[in-house]
Amino acid sequence: MQPMPKTLKILNGVTAVLLLVALCLVFLYAPREAIMGDVQRVFYFHVSAGWVGGLAFLVTAVAGVIYLIRRQSRWDLLAVASVEIGIVFTFINIASGSIWARPAWNTWWTWDPRLVTATIMELLYVAYLMLRQGIDDPDRRARFGSVYGLAAFLSVPITFLSIRFFRTIHPVVIGSNDPSAQGAFDMTPRMLQAFLFSLLTFTFVYVTLVWHRVRLGRLAEQVEQRKMEMLTA
Amino acid sequence: MAERAGAVLRAGSPSALSGYLKAVGAVIWKDLTSELRSRELLGSMLVFALLVILIFNFALELDIRTRQSVTSGVLWVTFAFAGTLGLNRSMAVERERGCLDGLLLAPVDRSALFFGKALGNLLFMLIVAAIILPVYSLLYNANLFLPALAGVIVLGSIGYATVGTLFSAMAVQARTRDILLPILLFPVVLPLLIAAVRATDSILLAIPLAEIRGWFNLLIVYDLLFIAVAIMTFDFVVEE
Amino acid sequence: MIEVRGLAKAYGMRPVLRGLDFRVEPGEFVAVVGPNGAGKTTLLRILSCLARPTIGEVRVAGRRLPGQATAVRRILGVVSHQPLLYGELTAQENLRFYGRMYGLTNLEARIEEVLDVVGLAARRHDLVRKYSRGMQQRLAIGRGILHNPELLLFDEPHTGLDPEAADVLDGLLTKVSSEGRTVVMTSHDLGRAAGLGSRVDILYGGVIARSVQRAEIPADELAKLYRQVTHG
Repeated sequence: MQPMPKTLKILNGVTAVLLLVALCLVFLYAPREAIMGDVQRVFYFHVSAGWVGGLAFLVTAVAGVIYLIRRQSRWDLLAVASVEIGIVFTFINIASGSIWARPAWNTWWTWDPRLVTATIMELLYVAYLMLRQGIDDPDRRARFGSVYGLAAFLSVPITFLSIRFFRTIHPVVIGSNDPSAQGAFDMTPRMLQAFLFSLLTFTFVYVTLVWHRVRLGRLAEQVEQRKMEMLTA
Repeated sequence: MAERAGAVLRAGSPSALSGYLKAVGAVIWKDLTSELRSRELLGSMLVFALLVILIFNFALELDIRTRQSVTSGVLWVTFAFAGTLGLNRSMAVERERGCLDGLLLAPVDRSALFFGKALGNLLFMLIVAAIILPVYSLLYNANLFLPALAGVIVLGSIGYATVGTLFSAMAVQARTRDILLPILLFPVVLPLLIAAVRATDSILLAIPLAEIRGWFNLLIVYDLLFIAVAIMTFDFVVEE
Repeated sequence: MIEVRGLAKAYGMRPVLRGLDFRVEPGEFVAVVGPNGAGKTTLLRILSCLARPTIGEVRVAGRRLPGQATAVRRILGVVSHQPLLYGELTAQENLRFYGRMYGLTNLEARIEEVLDVVGLAARRHDLVRKYSRGMQQRLAIGRGILHNPELLLFDEPHTGLDPEAADVLDGLLTKVSSEGRTVVMTSHDLGRAAGLGSRVDILYGGVIARSVQRAEIPADELAKLYRQVTHG
């Protein structure tokens, strides 16, 4: 087993520090929002988690395409790693959104396009993992994962559009304004700074986690290889 | 030996396209012929579709008022469920007696196999729709014979059959086969179903076509996008 | 006809073929024997363009695989342990379907010819579903030779047949392979393989461990050699 690369060690440290700073910025530096109060602070990590979810699934789609071209298992490892992390962050995104929606919209759940799309996206990638689970041959698993990861990712924007469309030209108009408009607020410069810093931090968290997960996947591969060697020796 | 082979095989390929189309046609012909004989697939799809409509009738109490607002939903849910049944069966046939290998051994581009299977599936879906619509009209005294509605059904079925054929080719090769297809398929075809349901709804409410053009565009964009994805990726799904 | 160099194939971490070299001259009938799981089917699937090699060079009739697969498929006839036939179609319809896939002209005449060769002309209108296993396998041979391929690949064609049906099949295999075609057949049954092939290759440990000309070695020695290779 190879030791942890130096860059990864440094990245671990940097990410930890960034996370700490981001927490301070969100809870201490950013001002308290006038109308919603402290619950508005969910917003910083909520959006960041959503961003990481989207980024992770994009990485999966791209890694899948590269796998299909190059046929190197490391791209497939990256694709799965990214899906697993994306699922966790999308869940954080949906859950934190729900916590915020309770006081802001007075409901845990509404059929807002963004909410529904995030949930469908979560289901898409749970399906992705179920597909992989049903296949024993690693090559086939990787190929099918790549194909499904691409198709799933391409369907997300169309899903978003169709749900949004659903609201705007639905013949029976339910409420005249977009529900997401409720609870909108203007960001002060300090809020904007905290927000951008959170985005940066979460991106770092994502990269660090993916790296660890890919390493884990490689180690699992090596264990498998050793096992085979033992069995065939 | 070689001369005989030459005589039987078409010399070179004077027209690659005609060979391609011939292969697509052969796959469709094969599926139709065996289906017309066994009626397994269409039979189960139809019985299932009728049952779904009956269940909806009691579950939703389809009286005149609610009926108007849910007709499009009931129809599309019925098509979608019956569709997965057909897609599963159509691919399972290729698994029996190793037929998928037989198809892959043929000297034609893999996309020809995909189009053959997808067009066959599309045809089955349209046949089911062509039977279900009059039955629904009769049972609930609603007029569903509208050209625009036929357009929506064709566009919706094209996308459904395209994605469905691609995914069912993956699902049959997995351990969890039959249960896997709907789980893979439904989240990806959701926008297609939303567009189809909304368009159907608007047509039944006699909203002018100009106002629902957006839904048609969405259906067309979805169909084209996923036909492209399927052509590009089908090779990877069937090779080893 | 076939030239394989350094062929390796792994399913994930599990290696099946490890640097295999294999050559077949035009007109040869090579029987590849080996215990179950030795990689016989994998080798044949690679030769028939159904599986990609992990590494190594594979040439069939001078064309590289998997790059020029479509051209190779044209001259290739495959009979596998599964018949690759549609149960809800008749024998004639099955052949018609495959004939169209290969773009054959004069198809109906050729179908009659093939049905005669495999002795199923009288039952051409029966559904394949109702055929016995032996008849299905005979029709599978018909499907394999329909487009007059130069190269025939038989993958454990005797699987699931009783001895009588297997003997009928042997006769048929000899007949279709005597027409100047090159044949590669896999089998785990040394006796049948030696009875058919002009050359016997023993596949063991992911490589061709031994290759002998059938004419140069008596049957009992061949059996001894086989035991030696696969158990020693």
